[in-house]
Amino acid sequence: MDFLSLFVLVPILMLVGFLPCKNIRQIRTVAVIGSSILLGLSVALVCMFIGERAAGNTAEMLFTFDRVWFPTLNIHYSVGVDGVSVVMLLLSSIIVFTGVFASWNQQPLTKEFFMWLILLATGVFGFFISVDLFTMLLFYEVALIPMYLLIGVWGTGKKEYSAMKLTLMLMGGSALMMVGIFGIYFNSAGSTGTFTFNLQEIAQNGIPIEAQRIFFPLTFIGFGVLGAMFPFHTWSPDGHASAPTAVSMLHAGVLMKLGGYGCYRVAICLMPQAAHEQSWFFLILTGISVVYGAFGACVQKDLKYINAYSSVSHCGLVLFAILMLNETAMTGAFMQMLSHGLMTALFFALIGMIYGRTHTRDIREMGGLMRIMPFLSVSYVIAGLASLGLPGFSGFVSEMMIFVGSFQHTDMFHRVFTVVACSSIVITAVYILRVVGKILFGGVQNEHHKTLTDATWFEKIAVVTLIVCITGIGFFPSFVSDIIKGSLTIMTSW
Amino acid sequence: MKQEMSLMVVFLILIVYDLFASENLKKYFQPVACLLFLAHTIYGFFPQAVGTSFAGMYVCYGAEISMKNILNIGVLLVLLQSNGWLSKEDTSFKRGEFFMLTLLTLFGMYLMISSGNFILFYIGLETASLPMAALAAFDKYKNNSAEAGAKYIFNAVFSSACLLFGLSFLYGACGTFYFEDLATCVYSTPLLVMSLVFISVGLFFKISLVPFHFWTADVYQGAPTNVTAYLSTISKGAAVFALMAILYKVFGNMYDEWQNMLWWIVLITITVGNLFAMRQTNLKRFLAFSSVSQAGYIALAVLAGSVQGMASTMYYILVYIFSNMAAFGVINAIETKTGKVDMTDYNGLYKTNPKLALAMMISVFSLGGIPPLAGFFSKFFVFTAAAAQGQYLLVLFALLNTIISLYYYLLVVKAMFINPNETPIEKFNSDGYMKISLVFCMIGLIVVGFARGIYEYLSLVGFGA
Repeated sequence: MDFLSLFVLVPILMLVGFLPCKNIRQIRTVAVIGSSILLGLSVALVCMFIGERAAGNTAEMLFTFDRVWFPTLNIHYSVGVDGVSVVMLLLSSIIVFTGVFASWNQQPLTKEFFMWLILLATGVFGFFISVDLFTMLLFYEVALIPMYLLIGVWGTGKKEYSAMKLTLMLMGGSALMMVGIFGIYFNSAGSTGTFTFNLQEIAQNGIPIEAQRIFFPLTFIGFGVLGAMFPFHTWSPDGHASAPTAVSMLHAGVLMKLGGYGCYRVAICLMPQAAHEQSWFFLILTGISVVYGAFGACVQKDLKYINAYSSVSHCGLVLFAILMLNETAMTGAFMQMLSHGLMTALFFALIGMIYGRTHTRDIREMGGLMRIMPFLSVSYVIAGLASLGLPGFSGFVSEMMIFVGSFQHTDMFHRVFTVVACSSIVITAVYILRVVGKILFGGVQNEHHKTLTDATWFEKIAVVTLIVCITGIGFFPSFVSDIIKGSLTIMTSW
Repeated sequence: MKQEMSLMVVFLILIVYDLFASENLKKYFQPVACLLFLAHTIYGFFPQAVGTSFAGMYVCYGAEISMKNILNIGVLLVLLQSNGWLSKEDTSFKRGEFFMLTLLTLFGMYLMISSGNFILFYIGLETASLPMAALAAFDKYKNNSAEAGAKYIFNAVFSSACLLFGLSFLYGACGTFYFEDLATCVYSTPLLVMSLVFISVGLFFKISLVPFHFWTADVYQGAPTNVTAYLSTISKGAAVFALMAILYKVFGNMYDEWQNMLWWIVLITITVGNLFAMRQTNLKRFLAFSSVSQAGYIALAVLAGSVQGMASTMYYILVYIFSNMAAFGVINAIETKTGKVDMTDYNGLYKTNPKLALAMMISVFSLGGIPPLAGFFSKFFVFTAAAAQGQYLLVLFALLNTIISLYYYLLVVKAMFINPNETPIEKFNSDGYMKISLVFCMIGLIVVGFARGIYEYLSLVGFGA
C-alpha cells in the first residue's frame, strides 16, 4: 500500500464505519475522525512534498504507485502527485473537514447523508491522485452521481428539478470527455506502438496534431461543463441553490475544481498544440462566463443564487487563466481554485447557518443581522472582502497573478479580454457590498429575527478553519504558489 | 459437449422427479432443482476438452464454453427467483413444467452457440424459441400472459421464416451449410448481401433491435415477471452470441457490409429504446424499452468485429445479466407480494423496504453505467472496442444516449428515495431464494468490474472477424 492510496482508502473505511452506527453521535464521531485523518494526511503530504522537492527530487510526479489493472487495454491503477494535485488535495480535505462540521445537525436520514457525502469525497480524492485516464474518469463519475441524491433528498426549493438538471448536464460533459479520452487513447502510441492511458506517457509520446484538433475541444468542453463554462453553466446556480449546506460547499469548493483541473491536466497538458490554436475560442466563452456570472449575481435576490453566480464568474476566471497558457497566469489559476474553493465554501457555510436561523435566503427579508449574530456577520464580511479581492486575503493574490499573467500576452485580442475580465472585479464589489449592506446592516426587517442566536461551537470550528486558511494564503501566498509553480515549469515548457 | 451432457442429466433427473415423486417429496423440488443446476453451473467452469465434433457440425472452444457459463449464471438466478411466484396457488402445480421448459430452451441456446452448421443452428433456435412461447403464456388464465405467448410465437415464426429465407440464398450460392466452408465462399455479391440481411434480421428479432422490437414491450409486460427476466437477459444474450458467431465466422469477409448495417441499427436502437423508455410508467414495460436500448449497446460491441469486441460483448452480457436480474428480482418480489408494478407504487419504497430499494438503485445505476459498479466497466469496454475501429461518431451518439438513459433510470431512483407517498408498499420479507439471488447479483455488480481476471480471460478466448 502506498501513501496516496490512503486518500481513497480512508473515505472507503469511513463508509464502512458508518454502517453499524446507531445514532447521530456515532455518525458524527466517525465523520469527524475520518475527515480529521484526511486533513492530517494532506498536511503531511504537503510537508513531504516540499521536503522531496527541497531534497532535489525533480521527477514530475512524486509518490507514484503503479499497478496493472486490465493488461489487454493497458489500463493501470496509477497514482502520483505534482504540486497542483497536492494543493487540490489540501483544498479538498479542508472542505470535507469543514463540511462535516457544517452539517452537524443534518436531518433526516443522517447516516445516508454522510455516506453519500463521503462517497462524493472518495471520488474527488481519487480524481486528484490519478495519473491514469481510466481511473481518473472512474473517480470523476463516482463524484458526480451522489450529487443527485444529496440534492434530491436533502435539498430545498425545486430540488428535484435542480438535481436532475445538474446530474444530466454533468453526465453530458462526461460523455463528451469520454469520447475525448478514447481519442487520446487511440492516438497515444507515438513511436512506442502501444496505446496508453498514462498521462505522463501520453505527454511524452505526443498526440498527432490532426487528432488534437478534434479531441481537444471535446475534452475541454467535457471538463468545462463541470468548470461552469458559459453556456454550460446553467446547472450551477440551480444546483448550488437547492443543495444542502455541506453539499454546496463541497460542490462549489471542490467539485467545480475538478473541471478546471481536468481541463489543465487532460486537455491542455496532453494536447498543447491544439490548445494554442483553439484557445481564442474558449477564451471568448470563459470571458463571457466571468462577466456574465458577475452581472448575474448582481440581480439575484436569493443569497445562494448570488453566490452561485459569483462561483460561475470565479470559476470562469480559472479556465480563463489556464487558457492564457503561461506560467504566471496558470499559477494564478490554481491559486484562484484554492482561494475560490475556500471562499465559496465559507460563503455557503455561512449562508447555510444564516438560513438555518432565519429560514429565509431572500435578501429583502433580512437586515441588521450584524447586531443579532455578530460572529456570523463578521465572517460574512470577511468572506465578502476576500471574494472581491481585498489585499491580505487569498482572492487578491490569485486575481493579481491571473491578470498579470494575462497581460503578458502582447496582442490586442488577449489584452482586450484581460481588460474585460478585469472589469468583473468591479462588478464583484457591487454585488458583494450590496448584499453585505442589505442583510448585515440597516434595520432589522423581521421582529422574530431579534431572538436568534449566534454561531455554536461546531459552526465556529468550520468558519474559523476556513478564515484562517484564507488569510493564511493572503499573507503567505508564496508558500502555495511555490508548490504549484514548481510543477508548472515542467508542464509549460513546450 | 460436457455442458450439454450435464444439462441433459439435470433435465432428466428433474423430469423423472417431477413425474414420479409423491406430493410430499415434491415439496423439495425447488431446492433440489436449484442445487442441481448450481452443480451444473459449477461443473461448466471445470476445464474440458475443446474441439469440433460430428464433422464440424458442433464446435466448442473457449469462447463457446464461456458463453454457456455466462448463460448458466443467468439461468441460475432466474431459477432462484422463480420460487415466490411458483409457490402461488395457481402456479404451484406447474412448478415442474417451468423448470423443464426453461432448461429445454437453455439447451436450444447451447446448440445455437455451439453450432458449426446452419442445420444444427436452426434446430437450436427453434428449441430455444418454441418452449419460450409456452413460458410467456405460463399464467395462461391471465389475459396478458396468453397474449404475450401468442405475440411471441408469431414473432418467433416470422423471424424463423426470415432466417430460413436468408439461409436458402446462402445455400443456393455456396452449396453448403458448414460454417467453415461458407467462410471461404462468402464474399459480397448482391445475393449474399440479401442472405446476410435476412439471416441477421431473423436474429435481430430475438435481440429486439429496432425496428424489430415491436413485440418486446407487450410480451415483457404480459409474461410472468420471472419469464420476462429470462427473456430479457438469457434469451437476448444467447441470440447475441449466435449473431456474433455467425457474423464473425461465416460473414467475416463481408465485414464492411454488416458493419454498415449494424451502424444504423445501433444508432436507432439506442435512440428509440431510450426515447420510449422515458415515458413508461409500468416498470416491466420500462425495463423492456431499457433492454431494447441496452441491446443497442451490445450490438455496438458486435459491430467492432474484433477480439476486443467479442470480449466486451460477453463481458457486457454478463454484467447486463446481473443488473437486469437484480432489477427484475426486485420487481418480481414486490409483484408477488403486492401485485404492484407501476413506478408510482414504488414511491417511498426506501422508507419501508430499504434493502430492496438499494438493490434496485444499484441495478439501475449499473444499467446506466455509473462507477464503481460493473456497468461502468462494461460500457467502457464496449465503447473502447468500437472506438478502436474508428467509430468515434457512433460512440459519441451512444454516450449522449447514456444521458437520456440516466434520466429515466434516475426517475426510478427518484421514485424510491425522493417522492413522498402516503401509502408506500408495506414492509415485507422476500423468500430466501430471492434474497440469495439478489445478494449474488449485488456481489456480481460490485466485484465483476474490479476483478480484472474476467475481462482478461474473455479477451483470451475471444476471436475476431
